[in-house]
Amino acid sequence: MANGTVLEAVDQTLEVKRRPPLDVVYEWVSTVDHKKIGLMYIVYALIFLVIGGLEAVVMRIQLAVPNNHFVSPQVFNRLFTMHGTTMVFFVGMPILFGFGNYLVPLMIGARDMAFPRLNAFSFWISAFGGFLLYFSYLGGDGLYGMGSAPDVGWFAYAPLTAKVFSPGHSTDYWTLAILLSGIGSTGTALNIVTTTICMRCKGMKLSRMPLFVWLMVVASGIVFVAVSPLTAAQIMLTIDRYLGGHFFDTQAGGSAVLWMHFFWIFGHPEVYILVLPAFGFVNEIIPVFSRKAVFGYPAMVAASVGIGFISLSVWAHHMFTVGMGPAGNTFFVFATMVISVPTGIKIFNWLATLWGGKIIFKVPMMFCIAFLFQFLVAGLTGIMLSAAPFNWQLSASYFVVAHFHYVLVGAIVTALFGAFYYWYPKVTGRMMSESLGKWHFWLFIIGFHLTFDFMHVPGLLGMPRRIYTYEAGRGWEWWNLIVGIGALFQVAGILCFVYNLVRSYFRGEIAGHDPWDAWTLEWATPSPPPAYNFAVEPTVSSRRPLWDLKHPEDQDFNYE
Amino acid sequence: MMQTTSTIPIDAQVEPPWKLPSRGIVGMMCLILAESAIFLIFVVAYIYYIGKSLSGPLPAQVLDLPILGTICLLSSSFTVHHAVSALRKNNIGGCTLGLAGTVLLGAIFLMTTAREWYHLIHDFGLTIRTNLFGTTFYSLVGLHATHVVIGVTMLTAALALSLSGRVKEKHAERLEVLSLYWHFVDGVWVVVFLVVYVLGR
Repeated sequence: MANGTVLEAVDQTLEVKRRPPLDVVYEWVSTVDHKKIGLMYIVYALIFLVIGGLEAVVMRIQLAVPNNHFVSPQVFNRLFTMHGTTMVFFVGMPILFGFGNYLVPLMIGARDMAFPRLNAFSFWISAFGGFLLYFSYLGGDGLYGMGSAPDVGWFAYAPLTAKVFSPGHSTDYWTLAILLSGIGSTGTALNIVTTTICMRCKGMKLSRMPLFVWLMVVASGIVFVAVSPLTAAQIMLTIDRYLGGHFFDTQAGGSAVLWMHFFWIFGHPEVYILVLPAFGFVNEIIPVFSRKAVFGYPAMVAASVGIGFISLSVWAHHMFTVGMGPAGNTFFVFATMVISVPTGIKIFNWLATLWGGKIIFKVPMMFCIAFLFQFLVAGLTGIMLSAAPFNWQLSASYFVVAHFHYVLVGAIVTALFGAFYYWYPKVTGRMMSESLGKWHFWLFIIGFHLTFDFMHVPGLLGMPRRIYTYEAGRGWEWWNLIVGIGALFQVAGILCFVYNLVRSYFRGEIAGHDPWDAWTLEWATPSPPPAYNFAVEPTVSSRRPLWDLKHPEDQDFNYE
Repeated sequence: MMQTTSTIPIDAQVEPPWKLPSRGIVGMMCLILAESAIFLIFVVAYIYYIGKSLSGPLPAQVLDLPILGTICLLSSSFTVHHAVSALRKNNIGGCTLGLAGTVLLGAIFLMTTAREWYHLIHDFGLTIRTNLFGTTFYSLVGLHATHVVIGVTMLTAALALSLSGRVKEKHAERLEVLSLYWHFVDGVWVVVFLVVYVLGR
């Protein structure tokens, strides 16, 4: 940069004044600032994470020993339905959109999202969906006191959802909650894509965007084509339940399998909607803590886009046992195995980024390393399950439950914890405690492996998912006990995490702008960033603008 | 690395003028993509259930080709396009005329749908709960009609603003965003027409 100049933005020392609580509430409720909305998404998702986690703990207590009656069978059905629905729609989606909301404009050097008011609308309608789901405990009774919380399972197969088999309003609350969440997700996805296409700062070409932004764009693209089918299916289910339609009414010629198709056309891409932002976190954290630029940026982008497309053609591997015939089975076996190729490319690129780097084992990096191992194992059991004959044996067993929890907890939640430790200083201006973070890491990782490694075994021994209890002597007792103990370790880890979040907010070490010596634009602005993000709109000339700034003698764009 | 001021690099040799697409149009394209997926699922359900009804009436017995409605809706794409291009040339009168024509044609389409439904419900007793044909027909055509109603409402708002003289040349892009939505609703009708009235009969 021969005649490049460096502008110094005025440091914002935010004057903190005590304001009446009502003013603060009003400010947050009426805000259209992408950072505040992002934070509300994250806090809201964390609250639901605790609720969904407690539901899981109750289920594990119920299953810890044979012939247990800790809760009733009806309550157990509600627990696994609410756990699944909560975790996917009201934890996974909002927390990732929260990070996306907070980080995407900062990373591309924009001052806000493309449509700030739509952004607020999307958040509030998703939040309302979550409240509606839990309001079912009060409002699900219906006229004859026949319902409570939804109890049809998180994929709610027909005809169980028909009015005859699911009287009361429980299923209606489930439908409406998901419909609202879907509208919110589509709105946010629209916002993220539009922001990325239209609001990039000068010089931020698509080929220079941080990989996290790329992955949020791909995930949002999947939202358009995958969440909409679920919305359509929910409209059909509502028509069936309220207007007497016959879409999924097997008595009138309707098809239960059609619901399965519609649900999984959403359901499988949903996994990628959740995991791609997690890849994004890892893409940002691993290079910074290896002190190297990410290996194979173009291959990473291509693999992400490839995953996006292939993810739309794998849904029926959830349905090998319905009897689709050899042609259908073969296609979906093949498509499912193909998707492991771009995923493998990513794993190798992360390893190559680590290779020869000066690895710094801070807490965010530890979570990312754990992510690499756990995601690999999750992928391997995924390949096992993608083989139709193997799948016929283990479909709807605890092996499947263990597999997808390995993806959701072992990969997504683990990467998410890394992201919390990495970006917390930017959001609050204070560092999270490293020692508490290590407690969190080890307790959680030990708990995770106790629970989900050993959960594969009862599945192989034939234990079906969603059973209320089981009799002694089947060889499942010890495994279930270990799984339950692991859950307690995870709870202890989460307690450390929550305590760390709260404590660091008040007592954490002051972070400064750039505690990790990182390279993307969000670290160029004060922590926490002012409402307008950047005092001067930045201009970038490489993928690592802050590296260029700190190393004028060896700038990145000479090599790109 | 603790810094007290934030430093942002400014590259003096900025590349050729930095121009990004308009967010209204990109946002509308995203919405259209998402909406297409919703319609696709309803169309798939319709096709899947063709001939699966366990009782009558069947499409061949009761459906007539909605020729008038189709002609009106398809020609409204031209009138809305005319409104946008007139506004671009700062021809406010032409824009108002185009909008009025579009609203009128859209309203005629809705009236033909209303008449068709009245006929089906009143004369043939076909409701959404009669059989699979009724369920899928009213859902798909109704979903499309809902979009037409939304479009006509927004176009009417634009027409009212235009009549009160508040639409200026600078609003051409906003009107274009609305016209994109209207073209999409039109395009969906072509699919619905082919599936319901040609393939389905």
